[in-house]
Amino acid sequence: MAKKRGQIKKKDTFIDMTALCDFTLLLLTFFIMATSFKPEESVEVVTPGSTSTKEIPEGFMLITLDKNGRVFFGVDNINAKRAIIDVVNDDKNLGLTPREKEIFVTSSSIGVPFSQMKGFLSLDEAERKKAIDNVAGIPVDTTGSYTTNELAYWIRLSRNYLDKGGRIAIKADASSGYPDVSKIISTLGKQKIFTFSFITDMKGVPEGTALFEKMESARSGSSSEE
Amino acid sequence: MADIPNQKGKPPPRVDLTAMVDMNFLLLTFFILSTTLSKPKAMEIVMPYKDDEMTDEDRNKIKKDVALTILLGKNNKVYYYEGIGDDPNQYPDIRLTTFRDVDGIRDVIIAKKQKVEQLKANGTLKASDKATVIIKADTTSTTADFINILDEMTINAIPTYAVVDITEQDQEFIYEYENSK
Repeated sequence: MAKKRGQIKKKDTFIDMTALCDFTLLLLTFFIMATSFKPEESVEVVTPGSTSTKEIPEGFMLITLDKNGRVFFGVDNINAKRAIIDVVNDDKNLGLTPREKEIFVTSSSIGVPFSQMKGFLSLDEAERKKAIDNVAGIPVDTTGSYTTNELAYWIRLSRNYLDKGGRIAIKADASSGYPDVSKIISTLGKQKIFTFSFITDMKGVPEGTALFEKMESARSGSSSEE
Repeated sequence: MADIPNQKGKPPPRVDLTAMVDMNFLLLTFFILSTTLSKPKAMEIVMPYKDDEMTDEDRNKIKKDVALTILLGKNNKVYYYEGIGDDPNQYPDIRLTTFRDVDGIRDVIIAKKQKVEQLKANGTLKASDKATVIIKADTTSTTADFINILDEMTINAIPTYAVVDITEQDQEFIYEYENSK
């Protein structure tokens, strides 16, 4: 803007954005680096809602139950998974190649019996995605037997590799039948696990109930302390 | 940068960064939100210790006045009756309700709590007695029902509840209730 002589000197309104731009890009880079996207879910599960707002701490076993009653098992710690698949491979004589083990480690959860594991993991990515719709799920029953109830085997094994024995999170589809959940709960019970979590969607607390009043008083209590 | 004219007397070229900053903030917001929101929320439950050796005598320790039995049935139906339904001579008064916010199972639980408080006040029950809910899910109920009823326990601050397997007698109660209509 060239100024003509004699004109009233106006203040320039142009704000220098360079520093702001640098700064936001720096933050952006940090958050992009820090974000780890969720691994792709193997099966689609619609979780029921609850008023709970607790988050599960890291290092848990995820037992997924889909609406057809199939059970999937996963561990959210990659190092633990590596150790687990090595033990499973030796113990059950699966004969997995290092590549097949790596597929197990990177996929979010597994839903095949031990007898079909080699065949499932040797498929290529596209075929595996198709096969997931037809897999049988991990065999579960109400006994604590480690041979017929393969979920019990997975849980017992994984407990050795997770901090404090690992927490259990059950992600059950809202429309799955109660007997299927009951089977998982009794499998856990047989291993003396009585505390576990259900992954749920958030739901508001209804007004006028005991929990609502408790939350209200907690809120007013903390604000009066300030 | 101040307006310093260059040798030819022209001002230096200036790029308007406003749009760029806008976009950066947008991306920044997205990444901040996606990091914090991806953690799943979970409801923690503690199942009662289940001992296969438990005798009927231990089960009947729950007093009849404090107990409310809830049966989960087909199509999100909820049946309930007072007591634990163990008296073979006396048929429990089974009622049907739903998970609705109004006139649902929640009102039943609240009423039960109040009743127990009343009985405590007039000395029928000891001060240490608490309203106890026994949940029996039928094989036709879904996980959503089960989670809902556990959530109701939290919502209504029921300190003691138990999840037990449904008995044949309870299944018969549901069957008879459905057929009596």
